[in-house]
Amino acid sequence: MSNAALGAPLPSGADEPGKALEVAPAIPKKTDISRAWFGDKSFYAIVVACGTSVLVIVGLILYELISRSDLAWKAFGFKFFVGQDWDPVNDHYGALPFVYGTVVSSLLALLLAVPVSMGVAIFITEMCPRRLKTFLSFMTELLAAIPSVIYGLWAIFVLVPLLRENVEPFLIKTLGWTGLFAGQPFGIGMLAAGIILAIMVVPIISSMAREVMTAVPSAQREAVYALGATRWEMIRMGVLRNARAGIVGGVILGLGRALGETMAVTMVIGNRPEISKLTEALFAPAHTMASVIANEFSEATGDLYLSALIEVGLALFVVTVIVNILAQLLVWSVTRGMPARGNG
Amino acid sequence: MGVGITVENLNAWFGKHHALHDVSMIADANKCTAIIGPSGCGKSTFIRCLNRMHEVIPEARATGSVRVGEVDIYNGTSAVQVRRRVGMVFQRPNPFPSMTVFDNVAAGLKLNGIAPGKKELEELVERALRGAALWDEVKDTMKKKSGASLSGGQQQRLCIARTMAVEPEVVLMDEPCSALDPISTGKIEELIFQLKEKFTIVIVTHNMQQAARVAEFTGFFLMGRLIEFDRTEKVFTKPSDKRTEDYITGRFG
Ligand SMILES: Nc1ncnc2c1ncn2[C@@H]1O[C@H](COP(=O)(O)OP(=O)(O)O)[C@@H](O)[C@H]1O
Ligand SMILES: [Mg+2]
Repeated sequence: MSNAALGAPLPSGADEPGKALEVAPAIPKKTDISRAWFGDKSFYAIVVACGTSVLVIVGLILYELISRSDLAWKAFGFKFFVGQDWDPVNDHYGALPFVYGTVVSSLLALLLAVPVSMGVAIFITEMCPRRLKTFLSFMTELLAAIPSVIYGLWAIFVLVPLLRENVEPFLIKTLGWTGLFAGQPFGIGMLAAGIILAIMVVPIISSMAREVMTAVPSAQREAVYALGATRWEMIRMGVLRNARAGIVGGVILGLGRALGETMAVTMVIGNRPEISKLTEALFAPAHTMASVIANEFSEATGDLYLSALIEVGLALFVVTVIVNILAQLLVWSVTRGMPARGNG
Repeated sequence: MGVGITVENLNAWFGKHHALHDVSMIADANKCTAIIGPSGCGKSTFIRCLNRMHEVIPEARATGSVRVGEVDIYNGTSAVQVRRRVGMVFQRPNPFPSMTVFDNVAAGLKLNGIAPGKKELEELVERALRGAALWDEVKDTMKKKSGASLSGGQQQRLCIARTMAVEPEVVLMDEPCSALDPISTGKIEELIFQLKEKFTIVIVTHNMQQAARVAEFTGFFLMGRLIEFDRTEKVFTKPSDKRTEDYITGRFG
């Protein structure tokens, strides 16, 4: 699982656009000529070395994280993940507020990003004229190439003031009765983080959905059309139904990205290790696992403090690796076993 | 009951490529009409114009008139309505792999809002599967097995059942046996005889013996033109065009 490392929480703000690294050591054919034989052998050795080095690096990272978080694990055990107190002054650490912040901001991001991504993917694969298709695909992919710190800057100068002055007061006034939009309109907070994460995962989810939808053979589309389906019915029955495992894979891949995203989130989420009341959760400041590591690592002086931060990193690492593996398996289940489009 | 099809001056294009030239013919109700001709002569293009599937391909268009019964399908009606009356079976079996055998047959019924009740749905599915001579082979497993788990010949009969379930008036078949073994082919040919009682059938085939066996009328296409159209015995025994004779005696194609 060479690409698992992509889901790791790199402190620089892992910016890979969800592309999987392919390391497939092909077995070269033997020839009689010894020079070619030697070339083949050494090439083979190099490729195998590259392939295994990825695994070794993942293993080493895991080993380091485990051995260095040992102190915190011994001090708090499993209570580390359910404790709500993050108190460096008294050297007492509970990571629940960060787990909460990571999970809620990521789910909020998916809630916003999935419908938009599906719209983008359906429009590009099924509706837009051919020439626009390439252009739009290119543009959505370009979104994934923007460094996350740029998203963070944009959020601070544009998104947050907009939320603070217009969107949040409006939501409080009109939807306050639902009980989900209470609290102060800070601008900075969970909602801002969710929105910025949503913008960042839309390219991942939509390009994955686009890929698996394109892999659905045209014979499937025609079979539905021939039964007297409208275009929407054809998309639902002929395309989405056949591609659903891959689409779910794309969503989970987006989730992996959102869980590990650091820079843009820490710039807008408010960095406060608190679990707020449900009614105020959307507007209240929060903290995430990635952002607490990035923010407090340089000032973590005590051994236990450092070890606690590394344990947060370990948890994030394990979760993102699992999420990425799951996503990749789902995507493969669709794109394999399906002949390319235009068949039949 | 089937209805007749009247085609007048049908022309079809793929972008700038003029694939069908001024085709006119009549397919009688409750008869089987075969379309023969060498590869690339426009057979598929022709029958795809009969249920407006041609226009699904980007930049493809057609002119002329096609009447199914009394309805001019290119004028004052929608492609969706046309396809509900004119079903189609494709060259390669294309069941829905993510649905069970049962759901494959029910798919068209659900799309068209037929059969509101569960019991009625089961009856219609059974009738369609019996009609496609597949019932005995799948009745025990049809709610568990995926449509893609059947053999090629069974898949094609499943596609026929799926098409029949919505009770169209015309069934178009584009080389339905070309991907199948001789035994499955024989089963489908037998089926065509029964289907004629309920539907009008237009079948494209590469196999001239098949045309001779199942069809009352045969049309011979060459390079996008309908060269000859007549009763099947006449086309195969006394063709009036030299090119038809060359084709059926195996001198080209
Ligand atoms: N999707 C398509 N795009 C462009 N040209 C096509 C397409 N399908 C068929 N054609 C062309 O139209 C002509 C008729 O094709 P077709 O009707 O498929 O022939 P047949 O079914 O008799 O083998 C051929 O010249 C073929 O190259
Ligand atoms: Mg053809």
